[in-house]
Amino acid sequence: MYVYFAYLTDITMKSTKGTEVVTLRPLTCEMGQLSRPDGSATTFQGDTCVTVSVYGPGEVRINKEQLDRATIDVVYKPKSGLPACADKAREKVIRHTCESVLLANLHPRSSINVTVQEVQDSGSFLATCVNSCCLALLDASISMKCTMAAVGCCIDFENEIILDPTKQQEERSKATMTFVFDSKDLKLLTVVAEGKYTREQFQRCLIVCKEASESVFSFFRDSVKRKLSKTV
Amino acid sequence: MRETPLSNCEREFIKKAVADKRRIDGRQAYDYRHLKVSFGVERGCCQVEVGETRVMSQVSCQVVEPKQARPADGILYINVELSPMACPSFEPGRLSDFGVEINRLLERCLKESRCIDTESLCIVAGEKVWEVRVDVHALNHDGNLIDACSIAAIASLAHFRRPDITVSGDEITIHPASEKDPVPLSVHHMPICVSFAFFEQGKFLLVDPTDKEEKVMDGRMVIGMNKHREICTLQITGQMLLLKDQVLRCSNIAVVKVTEITELIHKALENDRQERSKGGKFGFAESVCKNKLTTNQKTTEPVDMDTVEGEMASAYLQGSDDSDTNSDITSSEDDDSVIIMESGVGGIGMTGKSIGMGGKSAWDVDDEMKELKDEGTKQSTQKSQKSHTTKHADGGDLGDSSEEETTEVLGQTAQKQTTGAHKTKKRKS
Repeated sequence: MYVYFAYLTDITMKSTKGTEVVTLRPLTCEMGQLSRPDGSATTFQGDTCVTVSVYGPGEVRINKEQLDRATIDVVYKPKSGLPACADKAREKVIRHTCESVLLANLHPRSSINVTVQEVQDSGSFLATCVNSCCLALLDASISMKCTMAAVGCCIDFENEIILDPTKQQEERSKATMTFVFDSKDLKLLTVVAEGKYTREQFQRCLIVCKEASESVFSFFRDSVKRKLSKTV
Repeated sequence: MRETPLSNCEREFIKKAVADKRRIDGRQAYDYRHLKVSFGVERGCCQVEVGETRVMSQVSCQVVEPKQARPADGILYINVELSPMACPSFEPGRLSDFGVEINRLLERCLKESRCIDTESLCIVAGEKVWEVRVDVHALNHDGNLIDACSIAAIASLAHFRRPDITVSGDEITIHPASEKDPVPLSVHHMPICVSFAFFEQGKFLLVDPTDKEEKVMDGRMVIGMNKHREICTLQITGQMLLLKDQVLRCSNIAVVKVTEITELIHKALENDRQERSKGGKFGFAESVCKNKLTTNQKTTEPVDMDTVEGEMASAYLQGSDDSDTNSDITSSEDDDSVIIMESGVGGIGMTGKSIGMGGKSAWDVDDEMKELKDEGTKQSTQKSQKSHTTKHADGGDLGDSSEEETTEVLGQTAQKQTTGAHKTKKRKS
C-alpha cells in the first residue's frame, strides 16, 4: 500500500514494507546565533522550529535561591497570544527533564534561565523543544551528566506508528507520545503520552523511538564537533 | 537577572568617539546596520535582524464582537513582548517602563496612522468583526529594538492572509485555506519608526544606536514615517532639549532611511511570494546560511525495524509483566527500602555518589539516631512531613518544603510501579 501526503514543504510517505513511517524529518540546527544569551540554539525538525536561549549560571532572586544547587527556570513563550495552561505544563515538563540532566550541584545559589520561543509548530513540538534545549545548554557550556534526545511519535487509527509526525498526522491520530532518552545508556528520562493505546503499542513506540534517538545523539555530536572544529 | 553595568571608561570612550564623529563598530553617523527580513512558513510570521538585534512577529486573527463606539470597524491589537531571551534584565510577565514605551509607540505608529483598513475587517456590523493580533517578540537586544519591532510588525501585517468569508443572509461561513484562498489585509501605507540617539545636549546625533550607545546617550527621538513623506509618530525622550532645525534635519534623514527599508520589505515579500507560487521551499529553514560552522544539517536514516522486532520479541519472551521491559530503567537497588531521590541529583542508575554532592556521611551513627532514621524513612513513604529533621541527621540533605512535596510524589509512584524513571501520563477524555 502506498499512501502519499504532501503539504507545502513537508512530504511524508508510508513505506511499502512495514506501512510505518520510521524516519525522522531532516534535522537542522544553528547554535550561538544570538549575541546576548550565554547559549542559544535554533532547531528545525522538518518545518517545526524552536529557538532556545540559556543564561547562566547567574544571579538568582533570593526567594528562588537554593542553597546547594542552581535553580533552573524555564520560560516558554508561544508565538501568538499570552501563555496559557498548556504552555505552563510544557514548561514544567522541560524543567524536570533539564533538572535530571544538568549538574546543578556544581553551581549553588545561582540560576540557570532557559527561555523557549516557539517559532513554528508543525508537529512533534515538545520533542523539538527538548532537543533545542539540549543544544542551547551545550552551547552555553553548562555541565551536564549526559545529553538528552527527544523523539515524538503517534499512533493513527490504523494502529500504525508514525515517527516524528506532522501537525496533520498528530491531529488525525488516536495517541501521541514523546520520549526523552539520555545518551549514556539510552534510559528513559521523560514520557509524555496522550490518548488511547495498549501496553504493546506503548512498548513498540518506546523501542522505535529509542532506535531513532541514536540519530539525534549523533546529530548533537556532529553539530558540536563542527562548531568547535576551528579555533578562534 | 541583573545586567552587567557599563563601565565608566567605556562610557567616556564612546562619548569621546562620538564627539570625534566615529562609532565603535566603524559605521558613519547616519548608517544603519545590516538589515535582514525573512518570512516563515506560516502566513504572517516574520523575523527581522538589525545587526545583532533580532525580533520575530506573528499575526493571527479571530472573530470577535466589535467595540461599542465603533460597531463597523475591525480591531487591530499590537503586543510587544520583551522576552527574557533578549536581555537578562527583561523579566517575564511584568512589563517594564521600556516595554510600555515600545508598546505605546507601536500602537500609535500602526493603529492611529490607520495603516490597516479596519473597515474591511467588518463581517456583520455591530456583531462580528475580525480582530487582528500582532505579537512581536524580542529575541536579542543589541540596541534599537523600536525600529526592529516596527519593521517586523508592518512586514508581517503585509505578509498575513486572513480566511475568506461568505455572508449569506444570517449565515456566515469562514472558509479554511483548503477551500478558498486566504485574503490579504488591505495595507494603505507602511509606517516605519527610525530612531535617533543624541549626545551632548543635541550636538551629535547617531542613527540606529547599538546597545552600548543607547546606554550612553542623552536622549532619543523616534520618527515614524512612511515613504510618502508623511510623519505618523514623533516622540522625544530623555534629558535633552532640541532645536527646531535639528528635528527637521532628522525628519529628512528619516525619509531616506524609510524609503530604503520599505524597498527592502517589498523585495523580501516579493521573493517569498515567488517561492510560494513556484512551489519551492520557503520559510526560516531555507534562510539559514548552510555554510556557517555553527549550523548543521542532517537527513536521518530510517530506523532498523529488524532490531525493533527483535527487542519486542525478547520483551515478550521475558513475560508479559510490564516491569520486565523496563528492567533497564529500574536501577539496581541494594536494599528493599525505597530510596527517595531529589531532582537534579543522581537521576537514573546512580546510587551513592553523585558529582558535586560528595559521598555519604562517614560519621558513626548512634543506635538512637538509627531508630529515628528508620522511623523517618517509614513515615516519609506514608505522607508525613516529620522526616525533615531526621533527613538532616542522615547526612546533609538540605531539603525545603517544596522538595518534600516532590519526594512524596516519587514515593507514591514508586510503590506502584518502577522507581527512578520520571513519568507523566495524560489521558484524553
